[in-house]
Amino acid sequence: MSYIAKPQVSHPSLRKNKLGLTSRDYEGAVSTLCAGCGHDSVTAAIIQAVFDLDIEPHMLAKMSGIGCSSKTPAYFVQQSHGFNSVHGRMPSVTTGANTANRHLTYIGVSGDGDSLSIGVGQFVHAIRRNLNMCYIIENNGVYGLTKGQFSASADIGSKPKKGLPNQQEPIDPVSTALSLGATYIARSFSGDKAQLVPLIKGALLHKGFSLVDIISPCVTFNDHEGSTKSYAHTREFYNHVVDVDYIAPFEEITADYEQGSAMPVALHDGSKILLRKIDGDYDPTSRARAFKYLRDRFNAGEIVTGLLYIDDERKEMHDLMGNVDTPFAELPMESLRPPKGELQKILKPYR
Amino acid sequence: MAGTNDIVIKIATVNGTGSASANGLLRKAIFRMGVPVVGKNYFPSNIQGLPTWYEIRVTKDGYQSRSDRVDIMVAMNVQTYSQDMADVAPGGWLIYDSTWPRSRQLDRDDITVIGVPLSRLCNERFDGVRTRILMKNIAYVGVIAALTNIDLKVIMGLLEETFAAKQHLIAANMEAIHLGYDYAMEKFSGPPTPKVEKMDATRRHIVIDGNTASALGCVYAGATVGAWYPITPSTSLMDAFRAFCARYRIDPESGKRTYAIIQAEDELAAIGMVFGASWMGARAFTPTSGPGISLMSEFIGYGYYAEIPAVIFNVQRTGPSTGMPTRTQQSDILSCAYASHGDTKHVLLFPADPYECFTMAPQAFDLADRLQTPVMVLSDLDIGMNDWMVPEFEWDENYVHDRGKVLSAEDVEEMEVFYRYLDVDGDGIPYRTLPGTHPKGSYFTRGSGHTKYGAYTENAADYQEVIDRLDVKWETARKLVPEPEIAYSKFNNAAILTVGSGNGACKEALDRLGEQNVGLNYCRVKAFPFSESVREFIDKHEVVYVVEQNRDAQLRALLILDFNLRPDKLVSLLHYNGIPMNAGFVVEKILEEITKGRAA
Repeated sequence: MSYIAKPQVSHPSLRKNKLGLTSRDYEGAVSTLCAGCGHDSVTAAIIQAVFDLDIEPHMLAKMSGIGCSSKTPAYFVQQSHGFNSVHGRMPSVTTGANTANRHLTYIGVSGDGDSLSIGVGQFVHAIRRNLNMCYIIENNGVYGLTKGQFSASADIGSKPKKGLPNQQEPIDPVSTALSLGATYIARSFSGDKAQLVPLIKGALLHKGFSLVDIISPCVTFNDHEGSTKSYAHTREFYNHVVDVDYIAPFEEITADYEQGSAMPVALHDGSKILLRKIDGDYDPTSRARAFKYLRDRFNAGEIVTGLLYIDDERKEMHDLMGNVDTPFAELPMESLRPPKGELQKILKPYR
Repeated sequence: MAGTNDIVIKIATVNGTGSASANGLLRKAIFRMGVPVVGKNYFPSNIQGLPTWYEIRVTKDGYQSRSDRVDIMVAMNVQTYSQDMADVAPGGWLIYDSTWPRSRQLDRDDITVIGVPLSRLCNERFDGVRTRILMKNIAYVGVIAALTNIDLKVIMGLLEETFAAKQHLIAANMEAIHLGYDYAMEKFSGPPTPKVEKMDATRRHIVIDGNTASALGCVYAGATVGAWYPITPSTSLMDAFRAFCARYRIDPESGKRTYAIIQAEDELAAIGMVFGASWMGARAFTPTSGPGISLMSEFIGYGYYAEIPAVIFNVQRTGPSTGMPTRTQQSDILSCAYASHGDTKHVLLFPADPYECFTMAPQAFDLADRLQTPVMVLSDLDIGMNDWMVPEFEWDENYVHDRGKVLSAEDVEEMEVFYRYLDVDGDGIPYRTLPGTHPKGSYFTRGSGHTKYGAYTENAADYQEVIDRLDVKWETARKLVPEPEIAYSKFNNAAILTVGSGNGACKEALDRLGEQNVGLNYCRVKAFPFSESVREFIDKHEVVYVVEQNRDAQLRALLILDFNLRPDKLVSLLHYNGIPMNAGFVVEKILEEITKGRAA
């Protein structure tokens, strides 16, 4: 149970990051999810990414809604503030928090029910605002805590453990985000940490709305034959299109990449992400072409993964609104009031 | 009956024809003559075409509520002509546009009907359809000025102020005033109307609506985040906040904003944004109305349990459901007091007029920060959108905002360990930290069961300990909220108890009842939880008439619940048709109760 504290002892040889912290320092409470749950792998990837990026724990804000996925912020970075909000409403809380203080790194963890059913309204509007956050969907096609109902991301023909196969069109978060103008869109698989960690790093550093849709199988309710969100199905139809390497500031690109297959994208802090195009025809900077490609491959039954779209030009919410950089809580109260004696002038039109 | 400086003028027009500025001009001219005045809008949920009315009450005694009669009707709307004629008090006057023939079917011989060819006069003088329509409105102001002796110099002064940047409009408007004025002076020969005479009763007063006042209060309270979804009748609150911020919230160095207004996708998101911003330490608020409260309820319960400040302005309108969006009511008292599932209860403030909208806004933010809980300000359409004469607002430059128990990085550094929900001071209010302050200050904010240390729990005792501590906080709130307004007459076994905008009608009723030797004591509650002094007041009386503007006696129910009172002692007087209550209603109902044998 999560209120049982983890032992804090760690091996002395554990690698330390620039802040002198080990990856253990970025852990949280013990997970209460089912053994083998894909979400725990995502948690591990988040810990790795935040540790590698040397993010100060108290400068990270962990946001979530309700559901299995939304429990996970309790399982990473214990020394960060967390906000486990109400079902489907994480984006609005993050919008308010980010408005008040842009200096924290915001990571939201949600699920397919939380984001695509009850919370689809807030999900799409956070994208429209280009809210500067890393938005992770741990996507397993079912509701776990209420015991296995389909969510809105369930594919047509996907079979539940009990009852009839799903007949309704799924909502695909990736193409939804693409159509709404999200500026960093990725898809990955909880079972592919090598691909996932750099994608999360890029998402954390990207200025604007970053979506990482992660197929994260539910071992209890949706990992059987006939399910399209099982480990086996995902592995079989899994298709890397664009992989990402994260390159820290001042670090040189040393690995060998085939001519034409690597495309560096500079991030605002001086670091880079290097896109490795597995399919040479794919263009992750063209919305229209990305959309067509995704649709074609989806129809062929493939799960396209990698960094599928990036736009580093569009302004994020704060810059669109023109807010001061200072956190609102740090503005002196006197500076927020009209000058002394001004009230008489304000009231003049009402006399 | 009407008399000098005791006149009710009602103007019937069509929505969207620009009559608001003409009506405002008339109301302001009377105010500038030093005579107290009240302006009430009766408008449809419509953009253009439906009937709308504006009622100006000239009240030498400075009463705040709507009158129960109409002395002078300006019937500019053919569609409502017969109803408007029927509404005039016997002996009153009706002005109509005599450019076209009118229906004579419903003529009354107990009133004076005055025809002025307003359209013809304006069509002859002005060009352009829009100008002619606008000037026709200004012309009826001229007619009323002539009939009631309103000083044309005052009107001229107002036009000069309004159109300082558009000089040519001053002359054109004044010409329109004269079209009506001169015609009336020349042709009218019937029984004279009562007059407006100069007084000195409006000095250090203003005429303002409650939504503008609330918005200004938010600016002075240091609110930085306003998140909202547009809804009548609260929209003008955010419009006013935006206008004030554009003037006073631009950082001189960077040219950037020290405020953020976010138009949310719905009320669920609006309140979520408020909680997110408040969690980060900003002062955040949302203006809304009843349907918005329904949508926000889940989150409001979250804020109560996770203990996050928030300020919600509920400008109440007529329910249930969509109800009548442009009519007033006080019918959200219970739904706000207990918004959300589970054991929740919320601090409510009840302003009576725009003056209290201004003063209660900073109070609401202070209480929300101090108590770490949502605080709702329950105004209503009557307060929010009508024009009230109130004392000039004042701001004490030495006022210190109460930001509550927020630990700094230094505070946290000195602590061995920080726990979010410990009752360190015994007042039921724990200490909080803001994200980004210090790694040791971090905690997990959750709406699920938690211990006093902030950890998740399903343990019975640990859960209950926190829920019980919240009740300790509730009693602290009772001591911090504004005390009621209480007034004693020499007879004291019966009393009137009311809330919010019921104040004006009740006070006027007390005067009228006093003239009939019916003396009643008076209590107006300003907040929930109710102060102990409210209980003491009720205890002193044999019968308390609870006067409120809803069908289900919600204030009475809340009093009974909060104080465990004997229900038969509280007698309900209920007004809930959507029109603001007036003194006549209160007087009539109280006299009825007395006739039935109730104490007075």
